[in-house]
Amino acid sequence: MATHAASNVYRLAAPLPLDSGQALEGVEIAYETYGELAADRGNAVLVCHALTGDQYLASTHPVTGKPGWWERMVGPGKPIDTARHHVICANVIGSCMGSTGPASLAADGQPHAMRFPVITIRDMVRAQVALLDGLGIERLHAVVGGSMGGMQALSLAADFPNRAARILAIATTARHSAQNIAFHEVGRQAIMADPAWRGGEYYGAGASPDAGLSVARMAAHITYLSEEGLTEKFGRRLQDRDAKSFGFDADFQVESYLRYQGSGFVQRFDANSYLYITRAMDYFDIAEEHGGLLADAFAGTTARFCLVSFDSDWLYPTAESRHVVHALNAAGAPVSFVELSAPFGHDSFLLEVPALDRVIRGFLDG
Amino acid sequence: MASVGAEALRPDLAVIARQVPHGARVLDVGCGDGALLATLREGKQVDARGIEIDPVLVERCVARGLSVVQGDADRDLTFYPDGAFDVAILSQTLQTAARPDRMLAELLRVGRRAFVSFPNFAYWRMRWALLSRGRMPVTRHLPVSWYETENIHHVTVTDFEELAASLGITVERRWFFTREREVGGGGANWRAEYALFEVSR
Repeated sequence: MATHAASNVYRLAAPLPLDSGQALEGVEIAYETYGELAADRGNAVLVCHALTGDQYLASTHPVTGKPGWWERMVGPGKPIDTARHHVICANVIGSCMGSTGPASLAADGQPHAMRFPVITIRDMVRAQVALLDGLGIERLHAVVGGSMGGMQALSLAADFPNRAARILAIATTARHSAQNIAFHEVGRQAIMADPAWRGGEYYGAGASPDAGLSVARMAAHITYLSEEGLTEKFGRRLQDRDAKSFGFDADFQVESYLRYQGSGFVQRFDANSYLYITRAMDYFDIAEEHGGLLADAFAGTTARFCLVSFDSDWLYPTAESRHVVHALNAAGAPVSFVELSAPFGHDSFLLEVPALDRVIRGFLDG
Repeated sequence: MASVGAEALRPDLAVIARQVPHGARVLDVGCGDGALLATLREGKQVDARGIEIDPVLVERCVARGLSVVQGDADRDLTFYPDGAFDVAILSQTLQTAARPDRMLAELLRVGRRAFVSFPNFAYWRMRWALLSRGRMPVTRHLPVSWYETENIHHVTVTDFEELAASLGITVERRWFFTREREVGGGGANWRAEYALFEVSR
């Protein structure tokens, strides 16, 4: 699939230095904004998206035609209030919705594919900060993100301690666990085992590794839901049939649902981007980047923090948020933390959880 | 300093609100819905932080813009560095601690001084209820039956003073309250329904 560039695009004048030691030339960052920037440029809120998210935070997605991924949270009068805040959401580098990624063309006119350098969460944040520089925004009112978006929010606080007044990190972690890495590796191996992947050189080849990417999405999707939620939604119910087929069709509703999730996903996402972004998440360990002690990462911060976890999230469980909170306590940073009760697992941050609305609104106003 | 807007606060909290210095770094352990912290933030411009175990109350604190962490005071005080706060507050929570002696020590490790309030189990109505009926008292300040109360370490004014002395903790000041009014210190272990101590190392 090709990249999409329907959004505003900011082109970095200088090469973007990367944690790998390489530098990325000609980086483009696709972004959307909502609400007016105040004259003093003090009302900007950066929202960072998750692994398969994009900049279409509160506007219609150009490929799927679906509403923005956080429209319930962002808009006039909503908890992230675009009547008062200038909200910015940029596609992360490595992705495929307009920012430079493996599907983008390299200097030789061919897609980067696997020549694209391995990037990190901190590299994504460097790109976000370069965009802020370009937009003339010195200090953000807040950075908000869930899941990988929360990782970026924490990473920004650690590496650019003066760029934001508030850091709101939801359903996230300061490091990827062995279990997190393990699930991602299953997804990557599914993509790379697809013959259509061709070592990443499938652009223009007529076929993409859709089967592999779909399996990767199916496996990941399970980790975004709670067992309770799956049981409630599907149980052992059969899909459009009265009896088991004694075959390998999607007999069960949950199978049908996962297949649908997988096949929908490949319409809007690039398999190589999935490899690169999951790798970035697996490499993520803020403490490691700051000499081994997480509290040291936040020693120079000037921000107030708010962390939110969900009791049914087993991907980034509450203990991971507490770990960050304790480090922030040790660093003397002002921090709020609450574990909210919601049945939807990791995906709770995207769904109807009224308490989350109240926490976000209160934190951004306070 | 009645101008701190402490009128709506419980009497022990109102005293604390008056006593906390302007601009202090304050940790309220078991801060509830954040009423005291909000009063201190607005009236005294303190750097207000809180710990609260009940997620519904934490959510209310965060929604009013306070820096409050959902946590267990028995476990989570250890994550704050020595002397991180000018004032640590433990209101009506000491008697719920797994080890009140350790919590008191922790309070004065993270705070240079502390305000501690607790229901006085030697209040005469308690003694009378126990003596006359022979059953654990259920009162306005200790309204829950013995088998479901969170107050697992009942304490008296004298007990607290002895504990402080044995831990080398200095009692700076004390206030006593009965029926939501401040009362004098004479015969406090009989007369006070609850007590507030300002302590330091």
